[in-house]
Amino acid sequence: MAALVNPEKSLAGRPIQGGLRLPLPWLGTVPFLGYVALFLVLPAAIVVAGAFAGDHGPTLANLAALTQPYIVQSFVNSVVLSAASASIGAVAGAVLAYAVASGDPRGPVRRLVTAGCGVLSQFGGVTLAFAFIATIGGEGFITLWLQHHGINIYANGVWLYQLSGLTLVYAYFQIPLMVIVFLPALDSIRPQWREATASLGGASWHYWRYVAGPILAPAFLGCALLLFANAFSAYATAAALINQGGIIVPLQISNALSSEVGLAQANVASALALGMVLVVAAVTGLYTVLQRRTARWLP
Amino acid sequence: MNRRKARHLAIFRWTVLAIMAAFFLLPIAAMVEFATRGVGANAPRTLASFTAILSYPDLMGAIAASLELAAITALGALLLLLPTMIWIRLRVPGVARLVEVLCLAPLTIPAIVLVVGLAPIYQWININVSDSILTLALVYVILVLPFAYRALDLGLSGMDLRTLSEAARNLGAGWPTVMARVVVPNMWSAVLNACLLSVAVVLGEFTIANLLNFENLQVAISLLGRANAGVSIAVAVASLGFVFVLLVLLSFVGGRRTRTFRVM
Amino acid sequence: MVVVKLNATRGARWLLFAVALSVVAACGSTSNASSGGWGTATSASANGGINALVAAAKQEGQLNVIALPPDWANYGAIISDFEAKYGIKVNSANPNGSSQDEVNAVRAQAGTSRAPDVLDIGMAVALANTSLFAPYKVTEWSAIPDSQKEPGGLWYQDYGGYMSIGYDSSKFTITSVSDLLQPQFKGAVALNGDPTKANAALNGVMMASLANGGSLDNVGPGVNFFHELVQAGNFVPIQATTATVKNGTTPVVFDWDYLSEAHGTDVPTWKVFVPSNAVLGGYYAQAITKTAPDPAAARLWEEYLYSAAGQNLWLQGGARPVEMATMQAQGTLNQTYAAALPPVTGTPVFMSQSQATKAAQYLDANWAQAIAS
Repeated sequence: MAALVNPEKSLAGRPIQGGLRLPLPWLGTVPFLGYVALFLVLPAAIVVAGAFAGDHGPTLANLAALTQPYIVQSFVNSVVLSAASASIGAVAGAVLAYAVASGDPRGPVRRLVTAGCGVLSQFGGVTLAFAFIATIGGEGFITLWLQHHGINIYANGVWLYQLSGLTLVYAYFQIPLMVIVFLPALDSIRPQWREATASLGGASWHYWRYVAGPILAPAFLGCALLLFANAFSAYATAAALINQGGIIVPLQISNALSSEVGLAQANVASALALGMVLVVAAVTGLYTVLQRRTARWLP
Repeated sequence: MNRRKARHLAIFRWTVLAIMAAFFLLPIAAMVEFATRGVGANAPRTLASFTAILSYPDLMGAIAASLELAAITALGALLLLLPTMIWIRLRVPGVARLVEVLCLAPLTIPAIVLVVGLAPIYQWININVSDSILTLALVYVILVLPFAYRALDLGLSGMDLRTLSEAARNLGAGWPTVMARVVVPNMWSAVLNACLLSVAVVLGEFTIANLLNFENLQVAISLLGRANAGVSIAVAVASLGFVFVLLVLLSFVGGRRTRTFRVM
Repeated sequence: MVVVKLNATRGARWLLFAVALSVVAACGSTSNASSGGWGTATSASANGGINALVAAAKQEGQLNVIALPPDWANYGAIISDFEAKYGIKVNSANPNGSSQDEVNAVRAQAGTSRAPDVLDIGMAVALANTSLFAPYKVTEWSAIPDSQKEPGGLWYQDYGGYMSIGYDSSKFTITSVSDLLQPQFKGAVALNGDPTKANAALNGVMMASLANGGSLDNVGPGVNFFHELVQAGNFVPIQATTATVKNGTTPVVFDWDYLSEAHGTDVPTWKVFVPSNAVLGGYYAQAITKTAPDPAAARLWEEYLYSAAGQNLWLQGGARPVEMATMQAQGTLNQTYAAALPPVTGTPVFMSQSQATKAAQYLDANWAQAIAS
């Protein structure tokens, strides 16, 4: 069968003989690229242009504002927060996805968990912050229940209102997001692979280490990157939970855009956004390097 | 798989599901508990916060607008992405990396900044084309790109696209038939996931609609939430429940096409 | 041949999308009713009188307001009363927006039918953006004190209050600002917003400064006070909302007295304390935008707000309306609401624009460090 249909030399791919040598394959990507250019690249370009705009023409002063220590600190905080919540979300989400995928694909558990994850992956903002405050905040019912039993989880300060607490709250939408985007990868695992490993004498850990693991690794990394970017640009939840001090970059951006005490500088906000794009670009570059190494095993 | 392994797997599954259920449902329980509180230290439980939601006149219009936006966005994203991704895999693999980066880009810029760049574009659209809230679908397709791309990419990776499409083409199928009757059924769970994510993103989207002064579901909820404390939480819980039911119903679409074997 | 066929199908698909988009366009409304000259009218009498204004506003049929949450100074009741009285639909956008968000929206949406018609903004933003406003003098113009309006009618103050500490009196008693440093307030004190961003929070820090030996020109003692609060573990950095107040997570909040009063509906034992040695007042201002898509409705809204009915509704919300002195003299002030205002002893002071800017710059340089624990 393989000899009859050689994918490298099939009829459908050959350019039209004797006609105009237009890059016809490229035309197929024009609708997508055109749409994205209009509604993503153009707004982004407007924002980037704002980063270099000043009162009297182009300037680097906005970018210079990025070197201030509290802004550098906010970038560091953002990266740490995003990396931590993406790691927790990726691992816990993958485990939960496996627990769901290994069940009946048309059963109620899968439907309910998938729908629940869909809803919760977009749940955020003031209400999510409040949900956690009401659960383990200063007057949360779990906090009070633990206090009743002699355990004070806030003996050294209320960590819920610091970065560590924010990481926990972020996990609430990161884990469901991971489940949703990673589930199709798990669905592509064939039971034959497990059987083949077993028939060759391999144990479970052989299967995961040498068969399923390498095949799932690129997908896992891709989803983890998605989670990182998701956490990095999340704003509303942090604004509700840590309203003071602008400790992560989106909060700094919000201050720069919406400050009503005379400190609003829209161009600095654009510069901060440019900084964010550069950070995610760097992380994406790292991901690409990892991707090349792990994609060796794919067909 | 032998019975011991099957039992181990079952124990593992149910332990994980139980722990996760506790983690995710406790905060929701806390919200419901708060929303049913009365006013004052010893007041009895009440559903007044929930019933107050129904008296808000604009909510129905906002729900309808959001549902329409969700449908348009999901279809638009699929129509934009799926043919493009298939085309790229088959004909222009060099562009794959660029498309992947472009599809991740919407997540790198926070919505509050994206609006700064979108505002002039939307100003032009609203003055010259249409002032309807449905124009938001144009930018929502961009917002769902990261999620839809990831879902569809995994689906396409899990099938031998080239062989299947060539086989179908050799048997005389045109491209629409190849896509509709060969490719999509083989990645149905991925397509459904992409739709599910799109619907969830659109129904949960707040920032862009708010800053462009459109009233979608989340904006209506936030306005309602300033009425009083109980109502603000009650309406959030109600909205979560509403979207959850919607997504469960969505999962029943094309039910026969899911595979029948379990993942091991 | 293959490729041509594919492009034809793709073309058909895009044609369908374009058709769908045009259908969407057709459904959208871009009606612009003739405004009959109200777009540039500087007073009601100048363009045919109040009845003509009412008629033109009804014909426009809608009003776009922004950043007016229902629980802010009784705006919920004001909006429903206006809608019921004139049959004009009020579209309330971005309720949690700041004053800066309001002017950002005016610029970003100029020309669309959703652009804000009227603004209720803090003084700093008002003074910096007068180029966006249309001059208009309400019928009751003379009732507004001269120092509280722009002589040409570009902006005019509407209501104000004093910076206060709202608290749950069933848990605490507060007689001075420094009480808050005591151990029983652990994890209890919140500020309404970030002072580098929100006007209310800036005034909160300034009030703390005044109570701790600072002055209107020196907000340093206030920042130090909050630093000490953080060190004592008494400060919570979360955004205080009606939900967190009712839940008990933020039982003590620095906020404008009229905003604090609103918590009384959720917590019956809520009290509002204005320190006698730090009576810091602040007013907000109204303005009509030049690019208002509903100019007659916008002007009618201002006429309504500055009539006795509107001013008394603000008074009901615990705010002090700008025409209070005149209404008191004329006997149109609602005495029940006036009596319910939180008691204030001491001399009120107000920050000037330069003092507010100076305080903001000091906070920009020092607040983040002071708050970091």
